[in-house]
Amino acid sequence: MMLSCEQASKLLSEAQERPLKLTERAGLTMHLAMCQGCREFGRQVSSLRDLIRRSEDHDDTQGK
Amino acid sequence: MSAEPVNPLADTDIEKLRQEMLAFARLQLNDAHLAEDAVQEALAGALKNSSSFSRKATLKTWVFSILRYKIADVLRGRYREPVQQECKDCSTDDDSYFDSAGHWQTGSAPRAWGNTDQLVTDEHFWRVFDACLEVLPGEQARVFMMREFVELDTHEICDALEIKPANLHVLLHRARLRLRACLSSSWFNAEAQ
Repeated sequence: MMLSCEQASKLLSEAQERPLKLTERAGLTMHLAMCQGCREFGRQVSSLRDLIRRSEDHDDTQGK
Repeated sequence: MSAEPVNPLADTDIEKLRQEMLAFARLQLNDAHLAEDAVQEALAGALKNSSSFSRKATLKTWVFSILRYKIADVLRGRYREPVQQECKDCSTDDDSYFDSAGHWQTGSAPRAWGNTDQLVTDEHFWRVFDACLEVLPGEQARVFMMREFVELDTHEICDALEIKPANLHVLLHRARLRLRACLSSSWFNAEAQ
């Protein structure tokens, strides 16, 4: 069964909160293999977290 | 998690914040005791995690969003009742990002942002980021901040807000969809508006 982009992006989001199940990972891998939009969504979701984490380290040196 | 050596909030900052919160809560609740309680609870929860906040403005936004939530609860008369909050933003069918088959709408499919490494030091970027966070619906903004800025886990957020994990996951998905779409059009110029 193919995941829709809505389902795939939901799983990509949930992966930031919990480990995905094997079947979820398999479905996601298949979907991502042919969907560039969802691949970008996954990247951007991790970028957001990464930026926020690093902004907290950085902010003290900014003096604001 | 290791403790931060320096708490970014000085006592004077906290006291100032507390006074602002009290003034706000008294105005809303018209009851000094209830106001005091709501402020105390909102602050306690937030300060427990204050080491993860070095952006004071963000901490303030977040603490106030918790306070607003508590005040709303008091006003609704179901403060501390172990009832699942109704989650008006949790229905799954009002998304403009996907068509009826669940595929990205034309023009909504995420396009590459490019390298984001340098952005962390870019104040202009963070102003755009804060503006995008501000236009998120209240519930989405609140859970996103609890998750990403305070780094609470699913269990802690669900306990604090008395919502189910499934609802939380929907809210976070929505928040990320909106935030990334806003950043794409307002900063990265990645997709058509």
